[in-house]
Amino acid sequence: MSVQDFEKIFQDKIDNETKIEPKDWMPDAYRKTNLRQISQHAHSEIVGMLPEGNWISRAPSLKRKAILLAKVQDEAGHGLYLYSAAETLGMSRQEMINDLHSGKAKYSSIFNYPTLTWADIGAVGWLVDGAAIMNQVMLTRTSYGPYARAMVRICKEESFHQRQGFESLLVLSRGSKEQRDMCQDAINRWWWPALMMFGPRDTESTNSDQSMKWKIKRKSNDELRQQFVDMIAEQIKILGMKLPDDKLKWNEERRHYDFGEINWDEFWQVVKGNGPCNKQRLDARRKAWEEGEWVREAAVAYAEKKKLKVAAA
Amino acid sequence: MNIAIRKFYYGDIPEEKGGGKTDAKASGHDWPLWEVFIRSKQGLDHKHAGSLHAADAQMAIENARDVYTRRMEGVSIWVVESKYITASNPDEAGELYEPAMDKIYRHPTFYELPDEVNHM
Ligand SMILES: [Fe+2]
Ligand SMILES: [Fe+2]
Repeated sequence: MSVQDFEKIFQDKIDNETKIEPKDWMPDAYRKTNLRQISQHAHSEIVGMLPEGNWISRAPSLKRKAILLAKVQDEAGHGLYLYSAAETLGMSRQEMINDLHSGKAKYSSIFNYPTLTWADIGAVGWLVDGAAIMNQVMLTRTSYGPYARAMVRICKEESFHQRQGFESLLVLSRGSKEQRDMCQDAINRWWWPALMMFGPRDTESTNSDQSMKWKIKRKSNDELRQQFVDMIAEQIKILGMKLPDDKLKWNEERRHYDFGEINWDEFWQVVKGNGPCNKQRLDARRKAWEEGEWVREAAVAYAEKKKLKVAAA
Repeated sequence: MNIAIRKFYYGDIPEEKGGGKTDAKASGHDWPLWEVFIRSKQGLDHKHAGSLHAADAQMAIENARDVYTRRMEGVSIWVVESKYITASNPDEAGELYEPAMDKIYRHPTFYELPDEVNHM
């Protein structure tokens, strides 16, 4: 069979909603695209623990501390599910981690923003996890089997993340003037970066959309972003807060909210490494990795020693 | 084949826009990979849950407990080093499963019985 035949069989499977599994034939570009996307997603879960981890020791109550700890632990698990899915495409965990640490691999820019006050933790849960969920729900139907299965598992765990964030803000929104101000300030700072999570506008793309054809993605950036805006614009009313956008307005004709333009210059600056916390985040990851080296080595030595003991017995 | 993918999404930023450097030195090596199987409750089969790296079987079980059973998803865990799993080849699916296709007499619906026959 020729490559064209393989490609046709492959595309027929995709068109018939048959999942692609690790040992199936797939075009190189499909493998590469998935590998890049899944590993970036994994890195995002791992780096995403840092801004929230920042508040574990300072959470205002034991209850909030336990909740935040559980959420951050979930994110570590999400990183693991995704690294495992990426490994099925033929890249080792070690290589992926090296690429993250060298700056070659990217992670979601949202995690390069700082968490300045306790209210930021609520805003992250509500807006950042909320935006991620929008994307991840779509990805439960992605065409690569291991990625889709990881997403199903992740989505089951995510909804608590968004709910706890909203509930935490709800408490602040019903609190003192200082608490309400803190709540509004956090929303002001996280709103635009959260919208940027969906990526560049659809019109930025001049080529035909291969990711859609391969059903890696099923909705465009702008579609997902609109869905998110429509959802948040309603939810914020319950908080009695405001989104920092004077162009935000219900459009009866479109049956959607209109909203203002994202600062794309800021978007690309943060992607390129010039965000407020890019350096800090990567330094923290590298430090954790280097300082954990002796633990990884000791575990291997211990496992080998035990094996010898069993063999001798 | 070389398809240029220009459109990108959340979690999908192309390398050339990333501005990073590529001096990844391959240091260290991964712990062995393990496949994890979970029994969700007594009486049910163990089912594949995912995989993880661990130095030995005991660590694999402990890590599997931490990642796959935090919400009471399991009452029993199996782990096996991935290298010990032999998988059938998808390219041979035709030869492997085709013989089952034309044996409709293996299904109860193949047999037409009078209406008076109950409970069968
Ligand atoms: Fe997550
Ligand atoms: Fe989350």
